[in-house]
Amino acid sequence: MPLLEIENLTVAFDTSAGLFTALNKVSYSVEKGEVLAIVGESGSGKSVAMLAVMGLLPSTATVTADKISFEGLDLMAMGANERRRIIGKDMAMIFQEPIASLNPCFTIGFQIEEVLAEHLKLDRRARRIRAIELLHAVGIADGEERLDAYPHQMSGGQCQRVMIAIAIACEPKLLIADEPTTALDVTIQKQILDLLVQLQRDTGMGLIMITHDMGVVAETADRVVVQYKGRKMEEAGVLELFENPKSGYTRALLSALPENAVGDRLPVVADFVPEDEGAPA
Amino acid sequence: MSEIVLDVRNVTRDYHSKGTMFTKPKVVHAVKGVSFTLEKGKTLAIVGESGCGKSTLARILTMIDAPTSGELYIDGDRIDIADQAVTPALRRKVQIIFQNPYGSLNPRQKIGDVLTEPVLLNTDKSAAERRDMAMEMLKKVGMLPEHYNRYPHMFSGGQRQRIAIARALMLNPSLLVLDEPVSALDLSVQAQILNLLADLQDEFGLTYVFVSHDLSVVKYIADEVMVMYFGEVVEYGSRDAVFGNPQHDYTKTLFAATPRADVASIKTRLAAKAALV
Repeated sequence: MPLLEIENLTVAFDTSAGLFTALNKVSYSVEKGEVLAIVGESGSGKSVAMLAVMGLLPSTATVTADKISFEGLDLMAMGANERRRIIGKDMAMIFQEPIASLNPCFTIGFQIEEVLAEHLKLDRRARRIRAIELLHAVGIADGEERLDAYPHQMSGGQCQRVMIAIAIACEPKLLIADEPTTALDVTIQKQILDLLVQLQRDTGMGLIMITHDMGVVAETADRVVVQYKGRKMEEAGVLELFENPKSGYTRALLSALPENAVGDRLPVVADFVPEDEGAPA
Repeated sequence: MSEIVLDVRNVTRDYHSKGTMFTKPKVVHAVKGVSFTLEKGKTLAIVGESGCGKSTLARILTMIDAPTSGELYIDGDRIDIADQAVTPALRRKVQIIFQNPYGSLNPRQKIGDVLTEPVLLNTDKSAAERRDMAMEMLKKVGMLPEHYNRYPHMFSGGQRQRIAIARALMLNPSLLVLDEPVSALDLSVQAQILNLLADLQDEFGLTYVFVSHDLSVVKYIADEVMVMYFGEVVEYGSRDAVFGNPQHDYTKTLFAATPRADVASIKTRLAAKAALV
């Protein structure tokens, strides 16, 4: 049984210009211990799918699907309260802007312990010990002093580590990372990616990596889903995708990488994908 | 020998923070003794991570900020904005393009006004002339004449960056400083903007200073590469020399950290992973 299974997920937003379909009948699944990368550009619906799974979409969104199940449990049939017991505990998410995702008014210790209190009902002392443990696990060595720091006193990379600590606090079975390194320098990006992959390997959790960066895909993924304008264009193993991309859009993405440039101009997507292909119906 | 557009000699920049009742005054040496020359029509890439002083250097080159010490020559003229005001003629020579196309355009200004404003401020051309110039430039950067009367929010990130490039080129500058111009853009849009920059460089003989942290972009666009680390230049040379044979440890770390998207490195990674299980 797959860890997370999505079938024909459609998300539409009610806008002043009518209904906008951000995601059009997308299906995929993640197994335990697997790293799935979802690649696409802005507007491809790559984040929307995961926000729908987490139940984080605004009320203007209409979510329909044949199936969204987590460990065999039907997430769509679940009430809000039931869902909240899973989200943040068995299924956790980290976001692109680490500094913006943390609350500036509270110490990072408070924010890590909040999750532990909510989901695991640990007492104060146990929470403190576990929080220090978690900071160690994400590579913050002086965890004990850092617990009393506020987000603005830490760098972007450190804040992302704290976000990861919060996400893995309850040992989730599935971690969703939405562009976790886009705002970070390359050297820090490398550290965060290594950390995520290592945590994934140690705990055997499923990891969904949402990204627009083919380099990140190549460095982390087992399997890849490519999305464009709300549709799934291709799904393949990582090696297969890079060696023998099936869809024109994937070929376009790969050849738009500056390191793959042949000649003195880069090919653009329009050279590969006709205008109407993949447009939401 | 070809013409030297930019000559920077031992430029430094310090920032002083005032002390308070509880803290001592601090001096931050943002740029420590940077020297280089750049020929007409070439591209110099400045690489480094946040806080390494690359944007401070960009501000000095665009005459927004004065260096604390050192000399700056543009087209052979000594520039010293601490002593004398920047003349319109000088302003026209150097233009800058910023990272965030959403933040660098005034949301209440129509595209036509965005493009004609620098001409209005720095020259005495008539309104009709300015309008014609703007129309011409819109076409050059791959936009349409009907975009003239629209507002920035009606455009995508890539289109806004095209507008920002058009605005910078309105005064026919010889030097363009690009501060992370494509890092906020999608991969396919990034490719279009890089192509546009290459086309414009050929057409107008522009000289670029390209500030970036993305090594794959740098490798594609640069003639010369300068790597900065904590305000110092740790590596400076031709692109092939820097990429082919990096000398400094930091440059090597930077290369090692850059994700590689080729089949061979994926195979290596998967093999290493399989061996662990």
